[in-house]
Amino acid sequence: MNMLNIKINNKEIKVAKGTSILNAAKEVGINIPNLCYHPDQEVKANCRVCVVEVHGAKTLQASCATEVKEGMVIRTNTQKVRQARKVVIELLLANHDMDCTSCKKNNQCGLQEIAANIGVRESRFENVLEKQEIDTSSPAIERDPNKCIRCGRCIQMCTEVQGLAILDYVGRGGLVDIKPAFGMYLNNTACVACGQCSVVCPVAAITEKEDIEQVWEAINNPNKTVIVQTAPAVRVSLGEEFGMEPGKIVTGKLVASLRALGFDKIFDTDFTADLTIIEEGHELLKRLNEGGTLPMLTSCSPGWINFIEQYYPNLLPHLSSCKSPQQMFGALVKGYYAEKIGKSPEDIFSVSIMPCTAKKFEAKREEMSIDGKNFDVDVVLTTRELAKMLRQAGVDFNMIEEEKYDAPFGLSSGAGVIFGATGGVMEAALRTVYEVVTGKTLENLDFKAVRGLEGIKEAKIDLDGTIVKVAIVHSLSKAKKIMELIKEGKADYSFIEIMCCPGGCIGGGGQPFGGTDELRIKRINAIYEADKELPIRKSHENPAVNKLYKEFLIEPLGEKSHHLLHTKYVDRKK
Amino acid sequence: MSNIEITKNILTARFDAINPDSIDEYISHNGYSALKKSLLKTGEEIINDIKTSNLRGRGGAAFPTGIKMEAVLKAYGSPKYIICNADEGEPGNFKDRYLMEKDPHQIIEGIIICAYATDIKHGYIFIRGEYINAINIMRKALEQARVKGYLGDNILDSGYSFDIEIYTGAGSYVCGEEFALLVTIEGKPGRSTYKPPFPTTSGLYNKPTQINNVETFCNIPHIINMGGEEFSKIGTSSSTGTKLISLSGNIISPGLYEVELGTSIRDIINKLGNGIPNNRKIKMVQIGGASGPIIPENMLDIKLDTKEMKKLDLCFGSGAIIVMDDRIDVLDILKRITEFFHHESCGKCTPCREGLTQMLILLDRFTDGIATTNDLALLEILMETMNQASICGLGQAAPIATQKVLEYFREEFTNKICSTDS
Repeated sequence: MNMLNIKINNKEIKVAKGTSILNAAKEVGINIPNLCYHPDQEVKANCRVCVVEVHGAKTLQASCATEVKEGMVIRTNTQKVRQARKVVIELLLANHDMDCTSCKKNNQCGLQEIAANIGVRESRFENVLEKQEIDTSSPAIERDPNKCIRCGRCIQMCTEVQGLAILDYVGRGGLVDIKPAFGMYLNNTACVACGQCSVVCPVAAITEKEDIEQVWEAINNPNKTVIVQTAPAVRVSLGEEFGMEPGKIVTGKLVASLRALGFDKIFDTDFTADLTIIEEGHELLKRLNEGGTLPMLTSCSPGWINFIEQYYPNLLPHLSSCKSPQQMFGALVKGYYAEKIGKSPEDIFSVSIMPCTAKKFEAKREEMSIDGKNFDVDVVLTTRELAKMLRQAGVDFNMIEEEKYDAPFGLSSGAGVIFGATGGVMEAALRTVYEVVTGKTLENLDFKAVRGLEGIKEAKIDLDGTIVKVAIVHSLSKAKKIMELIKEGKADYSFIEIMCCPGGCIGGGGQPFGGTDELRIKRINAIYEADKELPIRKSHENPAVNKLYKEFLIEPLGEKSHHLLHTKYVDRKK
Repeated sequence: MSNIEITKNILTARFDAINPDSIDEYISHNGYSALKKSLLKTGEEIINDIKTSNLRGRGGAAFPTGIKMEAVLKAYGSPKYIICNADEGEPGNFKDRYLMEKDPHQIIEGIIICAYATDIKHGYIFIRGEYINAINIMRKALEQARVKGYLGDNILDSGYSFDIEIYTGAGSYVCGEEFALLVTIEGKPGRSTYKPPFPTTSGLYNKPTQINNVETFCNIPHIINMGGEEFSKIGTSSSTGTKLISLSGNIISPGLYEVELGTSIRDIINKLGNGIPNNRKIKMVQIGGASGPIIPENMLDIKLDTKEMKKLDLCFGSGAIIVMDDRIDVLDILKRITEFFHHESCGKCTPCREGLTQMLILLDRFTDGIATTNDLALLEILMETMNQASICGLGQAAPIATQKVLEYFREEFTNKICSTDS
């Protein structure tokens, strides 16, 4: 590698050619503050917070956008730099809603953090903010333009990663805003509610719609039995909210803390992930055997469902009819479990903890209720909201002792856990489909080809002479490519797993703020670790699932399953 | 430099002597002769000649043209593009409009020679949208050049092919900034970006791009015809050739003048502009346009010379000279200039987007008589941050006029301070 000699704050170091000053400074232990920079995104260099002095340059240089050169002499903390940074932050604050103490991102805000770190005590400039309406039209995300610092991270995420471009810059000069075309409300746009914008937003301009109060009310209502389910991806990310290493598995603490909050039953969405594998696996076999529409597409990711319904409604027959694990769970809770514990569905309050904002939208779909009013899942909380509830209740997540899920929906297999990572649903399905079709025991359970952060992955499996070709896709820009292939009849796959968010659910829009690929990899590794640690690693070997079939569902794709576990999709082209 | 001729007609020699709609008249006035000569040379020979001429860009930044061309020639990547920046939006400037309207083929010939020298096949002329007349004249001229074989496939049987397209802007000032201009051609909104990389290595569609001002291209045929050595004798050692001056403001004879570089601003005002009407005194002069510095009357002997002006932190930019007599309200002028930039900022980077809003607020405090010493200190810190931290030249230059007034006419501000503490 071509190494260059540079000097940062009088310290001489060698760094690789192509390194930005921002990253070179990290190597000598200097964190240069920045707002618009994001390690996974194209350099924007518009916030101008990360400016530094480069010897010989006429002006200060944005360290995110400037590559080191041989012999470069850089100073990151001169009076000139400190003054410029301070003025830039003060300028941002002077066009910002300064309700920091009551802000949703109080203590989690990049602007607030830098202002505190560089010693801004007031903005010497007059506040010029013209208050705009907060867009609360979406059931999943909230857009507060009064907080926006116009860094453009959300735009890049929406446009480059998700391929949607719902948000963009509007206007120029002091009138520049980031908003949907024509200032439309989010729910009138073709937004899929994935919430990826909220994950990269450094301030509180885009956040999840907060539903915490409803849950507190239910918990404190003596007439309600409050049941909670936790998605696979939450257990590998919640710890980050409490200062733990990314990728720390906190399943037991998660269960204990939910119990501490006062939930009556703590169940695991992994259980219905296993159930999904049974139903979806049989649906795939049926399509393969009976000449059904292929490739079959997975249906667990509600952002992805929003995408296909709005952008490719003609391809809806490819979608598996299986509800997502969250909604299977909700349906079982209200349509089976309630009766089992002698309650009416109205007395049950069903909560799910999800890494996802689109799940909030999914839960409010009309077909996901008994009667259009009593929803199978009453409230969806994101990982971030659960962390907030725990802080509100003073639960010391680091201290709390691990506990176990409740029966009967607390038992799950490793196959259910890996639903949280891209390729996980496919791997789980292959483990089951192989054994169901061949009757043989699968020796190596790890399908490494389907794992990892590569955008589009492919694999083949030999089912007793029939070669089944599968594909795995995460993020919607990649999904779009696959959809185009299907449209052109060029996708010779039998089964495709599609996840809306980069990295799958572990990279969901409801996960802790500030997600990066580096973090996603750590969460993914944790997911596979959790899988390995479980005694049961195949969905069809989950005894609780088998018992449910025996006692209630009778058979996969049967009449009860059809009623409770499968759904229909709607052409919502916009 | 005693032999500097104030008026020296090189680029404007054919003005009104030929019909701009007639390529034949251009040809009969020695037109396209430089192209014919160039096609017999190698690119390196042409670039060397231009380097010898010491020609510097006429758009404002005064970067050596030959060095830019050399960088494009050596840059890796294909195709390469050449762009003529005719998005003349700097208030006070009207030289490019005249050049296009009065002698369009001079520009085209210059572009073709530069393109040939750097082995470029695709060219654009980016013309300010409001310049309808110039757009029509340039369109017609391009068509005539194609018919005569100066553009298109196999130019004059040389084996070299090249053509030029016209792209018109939608009236945004920032699109005169090269990166904002480039992305507009790509169909994106006109916003600037960081550099390096510079257009010479990564410009239009991230390909090596040679981008020059109209007047810069106009010099090229003359350099080829007289030779770089001869050209370099015109003007001063650090600023060779002539400069078109857009003279306006409180002046008896405003208009476009071509002067030899090295001429003093006072001579331009008095000898070409015939002085100030009504026997008034000059209060100040703005050089280069709205983004240029303001100097007081006692500095008018300064010469149009890059090196000399740089010593005083000045530059002549694109060559506008705006004369303001002693009746003007300095703060009113500064507010108007700041309002212009506030309106034209693309809004991408914080110092420019938010800084201009705050500059206006602070300037208002002075005109409203409520300014404090703190306001003055804050204004100066703000402007320094804009110079230092803005992403492009617009934000960096927007406060220059105000800063220069503070340097030369500080009392205009201090007289309006109502209290010493906030």
